[in-house]
Amino acid sequence: MSLNLLYALAGVALCGIGLAGFLLLNHLLRRLLAFNLLGSGVFLVLVGLAQHGDGPDPVPQALVLTGIVVAIAATALAIVLIRRYFHLTGRTSLDTGNNAGDGGGES
Amino acid sequence: MSQWLIAGLLFTPLAWAALSLLLGFRQGRWLSWLGMAIQMAVSLALWFAVMEGGGFYYALGGWNAPLGIALRVDGLAVTFVLLTAAVGTACGLHAGVYLDADKPWQRYFWPLFWFLWAGLNGVWLGADLFNLYVSLELISLSAVGLVALGGEAAALRAALRYLFAALLGSLAYLLGVALFYGRFGTLSLAVIDQLLVGGEPALIVALLLMLAGLALKTALFPLHAWLPPAHGIARSPVSALLSGLVIKASFYIAARLWMELGDRLGSPWLAQGMGVLGAAAVIWGSWLAFCQPHLKQVVAYSSVAQIGYLFLLFPLTFAVAEPVSLLAQQGITLQVISHALAKAAMFLAAGNLILSVRSNRVKALAGVSHFLPFSLFSFGLAGVSLMGLPPTGGFAAKWLLLQASLASGQWWWVVVLLLGGVLAAAYVFRIYRASFLEVSNSDDFYHPPQSLEAIPMILALLALGLGLVAEPVLSVLALPFEVVAAEAVHP
Repeated sequence: MSLNLLYALAGVALCGIGLAGFLLLNHLLRRLLAFNLLGSGVFLVLVGLAQHGDGPDPVPQALVLTGIVVAIAATALAIVLIRRYFHLTGRTSLDTGNNAGDGGGES
Repeated sequence: MSQWLIAGLLFTPLAWAALSLLLGFRQGRWLSWLGMAIQMAVSLALWFAVMEGGGFYYALGGWNAPLGIALRVDGLAVTFVLLTAAVGTACGLHAGVYLDADKPWQRYFWPLFWFLWAGLNGVWLGADLFNLYVSLELISLSAVGLVALGGEAAALRAALRYLFAALLGSLAYLLGVALFYGRFGTLSLAVIDQLLVGGEPALIVALLLMLAGLALKTALFPLHAWLPPAHGIARSPVSALLSGLVIKASFYIAARLWMELGDRLGSPWLAQGMGVLGAAAVIWGSWLAFCQPHLKQVVAYSSVAQIGYLFLLFPLTFAVAEPVSLLAQQGITLQVISHALAKAAMFLAAGNLILSVRSNRVKALAGVSHFLPFSLFSFGLAGVSLMGLPPTGGFAAKWLLLQASLASGQWWWVVVLLLGGVLAAAYVFRIYRASFLEVSNSDDFYHPPQSLEAIPMILALLALGLGLVAEPVLSVLALPFEVVAAEAVHP
């Protein structure tokens, strides 16, 4: 039980890191990575919290599997959009102002 | 009988999405006309079936929860399924003519359109928290794809902002689901409702996370910044779908959660807080709509404002008498339906106007009233419903909300309802004022085909007529629900 709780707490910590990255970072790819980190944190909480003593519970594992598929689809879509956006504008962030601090050549 | 209806409802959009991926825009249009006819027929049949026999639970493919997909088919769900069929068909028909068939990327419109439809039906009928998440993601991803369809830099920027907001909202929701599953070991909303006794802190956090995520996806003030760029820059039929239906899906889930669990997990602070955010959305969104220089931005900010009314559900159903809560629920349901119809009509009419004057600016509308009265008239009729003048659906909705506010002693919401109507009148009349300016006597406007003009008019008339048939529409909500089937969902 305590081990499972440890998983859940690690998941919460990952969520915190992911959320901070998501809100604070400007670079689109980094935000996408932060989103993936956030997602992994949520999955860890989902699996970690749901173990009820008598053996592993299959349902959260099925859920996480589905969740991973959804996250991959979302990531793929985001990468396609980001790449096209970068080709068109040379920007790696969504700021509309002047491109100071843009870091356009980073990728 | 019902398994064929459900299969038609969920299977056709997915099959049509896959099939239309193989076809070009023109062939996809033929296929989609057939699909829209099927969806319309199936939705109507299901609606009549529920009207006669009451609601029921349905395990998809005979697989029971938790590993199967349980569907809850009740009066509210079939009403929204029917609404989706009506608005979806209108937008699909409009898009088939409106979108330029010669642009190569337009062939992706139909697959995304059908995936969106499948997700919407999944949300209205979903009975367990995780499948609601999957349906929500299906909606978000296809909606983002539709926004980005044109592929210009501005559209991509709007799509990316939308995508990031939607993903963050979904994960917040999923974290809440994880906490609920960890506590109860079930995903069924009905079973959680039975097992829940009191407000444990972890569960309150879970509900807050889910509501915050869903509010972000519904673009509740102050989380609305992603909506106007996305809805403003998308092609008009897409904007109509997004404003009419997509943002309602996440609100629908939030409302279902609140109605089932809010009495034990909510608090007066939370209820009033949601109401205050909604009220701020009404005032601030309407004001910003009034200030926008571009026509579609006006309509998009008007969506931000109209969403605000929906969140009055939270204070008006928390710790009030049963009849008052029912009034509020009926008012919100009518508001969802009438806003979906009116806003879809408004976006489609705005699309026609933009096509005619070849510019998105409000100022460019000068003289339109003289040469293109029809599209402008649809726009105005939809506006009348948004203002909440009788006999429109918007009026019936606000009247019910007004009664609920007074009956529960929360008079301050009345101020919001009245002020919101006045502000809506202001931004609609601003468009009219711009279009009545006479600048020249020559008709150099493009005249859209009559089918394009007719569709927003039909939607606007539906929104107008909704006020007259509010009673029968609302009677569906009180239909009996087959409670025995709840046992089947519980393993």
